[in-house]
Amino acid sequence: MADLTSNFLGIKSPNPFWLASAPPTDKEYNVRRAYEAGWGGVVWKTLGEEGPPVVNVNGPRYGVVYGADRRVLGINNIELITDRPLEVNLEEMARVKADYPDHALIASIMVPCDEDSWKRILPRVAETNCDGIELNFGCPHGMSERGMGSAVGQVPEYIEMVARWCKKYYDRPVIVKLTPNITDIRYPARAAKNGGADAVSLINTVSSITSVNLDNFSPEPSIDGKGSHGGYCGPAVKPIALNMVAEIARDPQTRGLPISGIGGVTTWRDAAEFMALGAGNVQVCTAAMTYGFKIVEEMKRGLSAWMDEKGYATLSDFVGKAVPNVTDWQYLNLNYVTKARIDQDACIKCGRCYAACEDTSHQAIWMHEGRVFEVNDAECVACNLCVDVCPVENCITMERMPAGSVDPRTGKTVSDEYANWTTHPNNPMAVKAAE
Amino acid sequence: MTSPFTPGIASGRLDAETLARNFSDLHPAYDPHEAAVAADRCYFCHDAPCITACPTDIDIPLFIRQIASGMPEAAARTILEQNILGGMCARVCPTETLCEEACVREAAEGKPVEIGRLQRYATDSLMARQGHPFTRAPETGRHVAVVGAGPAGLACAHRLAMKGHTVTIYEARPKAGGLNEYGIAAYKSTDDFAAREVDWLLGIGGITIEYGKALGRDITLDGLRGTHDAVFLGIGLGAVNALEAEGADKDGVGDAVDFIAILRQAEDKAALPVGRNVVVIGGGMTAIDAAVQSKLLGAENVTVAYRRGADRMGASQFERDLATSKGVRILTDVVPKAVHGNGAAREIELEYTAEGPDGLKGTGETLRLPADQVLRAIGQVLDPVDGLTLDGRKIAVTGAGRTFLPGVWAGGDCTPGEDLTVVAVAEGRDAAEDIHATLTGMVS
Ligand SMILES: Cc1cc2nc3c(=O)[nH]c(=O)nc-3n(C[C@H](O)[C@H](O)[C@H](O)COP(=O)(O)OP(=O)(O)OC[C@H]3O[C@@H](n4cnc5c(N)ncnc54)[C@H](O)[C@@H]3O)c2cc1C
Ligand SMILES: Cc1cc2nc3c(=O)[nH]c(=O)nc-3n(C[C@H](O)[C@H](O)[C@H](O)COP(=O)(O)O)c2cc1C
Ligand code: SF4
Ligand code: SF4
Ligand code: SF4
Repeated sequence: MADLTSNFLGIKSPNPFWLASAPPTDKEYNVRRAYEAGWGGVVWKTLGEEGPPVVNVNGPRYGVVYGADRRVLGINNIELITDRPLEVNLEEMARVKADYPDHALIASIMVPCDEDSWKRILPRVAETNCDGIELNFGCPHGMSERGMGSAVGQVPEYIEMVARWCKKYYDRPVIVKLTPNITDIRYPARAAKNGGADAVSLINTVSSITSVNLDNFSPEPSIDGKGSHGGYCGPAVKPIALNMVAEIARDPQTRGLPISGIGGVTTWRDAAEFMALGAGNVQVCTAAMTYGFKIVEEMKRGLSAWMDEKGYATLSDFVGKAVPNVTDWQYLNLNYVTKARIDQDACIKCGRCYAACEDTSHQAIWMHEGRVFEVNDAECVACNLCVDVCPVENCITMERMPAGSVDPRTGKTVSDEYANWTTHPNNPMAVKAAE
Repeated sequence: MTSPFTPGIASGRLDAETLARNFSDLHPAYDPHEAAVAADRCYFCHDAPCITACPTDIDIPLFIRQIASGMPEAAARTILEQNILGGMCARVCPTETLCEEACVREAAEGKPVEIGRLQRYATDSLMARQGHPFTRAPETGRHVAVVGAGPAGLACAHRLAMKGHTVTIYEARPKAGGLNEYGIAAYKSTDDFAAREVDWLLGIGGITIEYGKALGRDITLDGLRGTHDAVFLGIGLGAVNALEAEGADKDGVGDAVDFIAILRQAEDKAALPVGRNVVVIGGGMTAIDAAVQSKLLGAENVTVAYRRGADRMGASQFERDLATSKGVRILTDVVPKAVHGNGAAREIELEYTAEGPDGLKGTGETLRLPADQVLRAIGQVLDPVDGLTLDGRKIAVTGAGRTFLPGVWAGGDCTPGEDLTVVAVAEGRDAAEDIHATLTGMVS
C-alpha cells in the first residue's frame, strides 16, 4: 500500500488533499466534519481585520457553467472573505487544531497592505497553534477594490513586501496564494520567494462573468438586475492552473520553491497531474462544493491504487516527475513526424473527423463510398484535431513514422535525430547564429 | 362483472383504471431535463446517416442541437419544414428500423440517440405554445383537389396551401387523419392527438375538407379533373385481403383494421367487446397492434399466427418484443385451415408450414387453439380507381407521384413503397412540390 502521508513545508498531514480556503472551511462545524471525512488538511476561510466583518450580498453569489447533464464545469462566485468576526474564527481554529493535531490547519489572511495590520493579526493567528499561514493575494472581486486580494497579488513589489512582514512577525511557514489574473505568473512567484515566503499556492479564482441573462440582460449571478465580475473555479480552470504551476516549477529563479496546487482538482488524477508538475500537495474547493466532503475518499483510493500500480511508495517518488518534460516550443523535436490512423473496426462512421479536418484543418481525411474514413498522409500535418473530436476513444491514434521512411506530405526522409527550431533553416535567428 | 376469464366475446373485462393505464402513452413525453440529456448524446454527425434514413429527410442533428441549446420550438420548425406531421411521426415511426437504426450510436453501443422522443419533445413544445408556424404565399388562383385526408393527403394539401394554392380535400370518412385517426395503435396517439394535429395543420389556411365524399361513389376522377387544376390521390388501402379458410364466415371472425378503428373511436374502452381467446392472423404492424390492444382490453389469451418465420414478419423486433412483453404469444410457420364452432367461432385449426423449393407448403400437421375471436390482418389492398394504370396492386407512379393520367398525382399507401406514415408524408409533400412546379410552369 502506497504511503499517502504528506509533508509540506514540514507540515504533516495524513494525505496531500487539503480543502482550499473557501466556504467548505468557513467554520468549526465544517472543518471538523471535513477532517472526519478524510481530508488531510484545511486552509481556513480567509480571515480579515479585527472589527466589524465584511458583509456578503444577500442574493445569489454563485454562477455556473454546465456541461452535459448539468455537470458542473465551472462555478464563479462574488463571495468575500469570512463574514464572521475574527475572534470567533480564531477561537474555533484553536479548538479544532487542539482536537486534530495530526491534520494540517492553515490560516488564510487578508488584511490591508500596511505593516501594522499584519503585525497586529499575526501573533493572534499564531496563538491558535495553526500550522502555517496562507496570504490571500488572489480574490479578484470585492476585496481587490479595497486594495487587498488580487490588487496586491497583481503587484509583485507588494507581494514581496508583505511576505517579508509575515516572515518577520510569524515563525511558521508562510504560503503566498497567487492570483491567475496576471500576464506572467512567474513575476509574483519570484516576488514571493524574494520576500522569503516558504511556498506559493495557486491558483485563486479567475476573473469571470459566467453568463448573461438574455431576458433582463443582467450578468449572472444577478443581484437585483446587476452583476459583478466574479472568480471562476472548478474543472474548467484546471488547464490554466496546471500551466501556471509548471511555469513556476521550471523557472530557474523559483525552481524548488514548494507549491500547493489548486484549481479544478476533482479526482485523484487531477491531483496526480498537479503533483507531477511539481505541486507538493493540492487544495480543493469546487469539487467539495459540488459533491460534498466524501469525494476525498475517491481521491485517496485512486491515488493510492495508481501509486501501487506504478510502484511509487511515497508522494515524493513522483512529485515533479513531469517538470523536466515541460519545455519551450522552440525545443520541441521537429523530426518527430506522426500521422493520424483510423481504426476501421472501431470507427462508428460519424464523420466528425472528416468535418473537422475538411472544414477547419488540412483536408487530409477522405470520405469514401459507404462512409469509410481514411487519412491521406500526403496532407495530414498530424494536428490531432481528428483525435480530439472523435467520439470513440483510441479509434484515431497518432502513429510515428519510422526513421528512413518518406513523409509523403513533405517528400522528406524522416530522421530519428533530434532537431528543433533553434537550428531550423527557416529560423532567421538560426541563420544569424550560423553566420 | 366480466373478467379476462369470461367465456366468449364480452366487454368490460378490465376496470377503468387498468384500461386507462394500459392505453397510456407508449413512449411518454420527455421533461426538459431528460430532453437535454438525450439531446446531448447526439454527435452532430457529418452528412448524418440518420437524415438519410428518414424518409422525409429531417435535419436531425440540427434539430437536436437546437433542443440542446434550449430552442425546442425552433427545433420543431426544422422538423416541420420537412415533415408537417412531425408530431405524429414522432409517435408512430418505427424508428428502430429508420433513423435510430442508422444512428451511429446504435452501431457504437446499441443505444441510439432517441430521435423519435426528441422529435416529439420539440413538436409538442411548439404545438403547445404557438399557433401555426407557417404562412401562406400570396393566393395563386389555382385550385387543387386532394382525395383522402390521411397523412399523404394532408401533407400534400399543406404544402400546396403554403405555396398559395387553394385546396379542397375530399374525404370519404366523417373525420380527417386517415389511419392516424382510425388505425394507429391507441397507445401511440393518446389524448386525441391525431385530431388535434389535423386542426393545427389546417391553421395554415386555404384548405377545405369535404367529409363524406368518396371517390367512385360521390365524385369521379374525371369530374375532379374537370373542375380542378390538379388532383392528388391519397386514398390509402381501402380493402382487405380475404381469409381463405373454412368457416371464415363464422361470427367472431373479423378484420383487424375494423376492430382497431372501432377501438380508436370508442368513447369508453370498457364498452368494447373482446374475446377471451383471440387469434390474430398475420405478421405485420396491424396484426401486432390488434393483438396487443386485444390483450390490453382484457383478453385472456392472445396469439398472433404468422405463416412464415419470425424473421420474415413485417413487424419489427421492437414491435414483436412489445407484444410478447404484454403477454401476446407469437406463433410462426402456421396457416389457418379452418375456424370451428357452431355459428360462432370456438376454435381455430392451424396447419404448420415449411418453406420448400416451390414456396410455402402445409406440412399436414395441425394444431387447434381456442378462439372466440379471429382477427384477419393479412394485408390491406387498394380499392381500385377507374382509369388508373396499376403497378402490381397499387397505383403506378413515376417521379414525384405522377400517375399515368395527366394532371393526376398519387402518394402514400395507395402507391408502391413502404406503408408507413412518414413515407406517406414524404410522398404527399414531394407530389405537392411537383404539382406546384407544374402549375407555375417551372416544369411540364
Ligand atoms: C393498424 C395499423 C397500424 C399502423 N401503425 C403504423 C405505425 O405505427 N407507424 C407507421 O408509420 N405506420 C403505421 N401504419 C401505416 C400507416 O398508417 C399508413 O402507412 C399511412 O396512414 C398511410 O397514409 P395514407 O395517407 O397513404 O393513407 P390512409 O392513412 O389510409 O388515408 C387514406 C385516407 O383516404 C380516405 N379515402 C380512402 N378511399 C377514399 C375514397 N375513395 N374517396 C375519398 N377518400 C378516401 C380514407 O378515409 C383515409 O382518410 C399502420 C397501419 C395500420 C393499418
Ligand atoms: C465561493 C468561493 C469562495 C472563495 N473564497 C476564498 C477565500 O476566502 N480565500 C481564498 O484564498 N480563496 C477563496 N476561494 C478560492 C478557492 O480557495 C480556490 O483557490 C479556487 O476556488 C480554485 O480551486 P477549485 O477549482 O478547487 O475550486 C473561494 C472560492 C469559492 C468558490
Ligand atoms: S445552497 Fe444552501 S444556502 Fe445556498 S441557496 Fe441553496 S439552500 Fe441556500
Ligand atoms: S470521428 Fe472517429 S468514429 Fe467518427 S468517423 Fe472519424 S474515425 Fe470514425
Ligand atoms: S446519427 Fe445519431 S449521433 Fe449522428 S447525427 Fe444522427 S442522431 Fe446524432
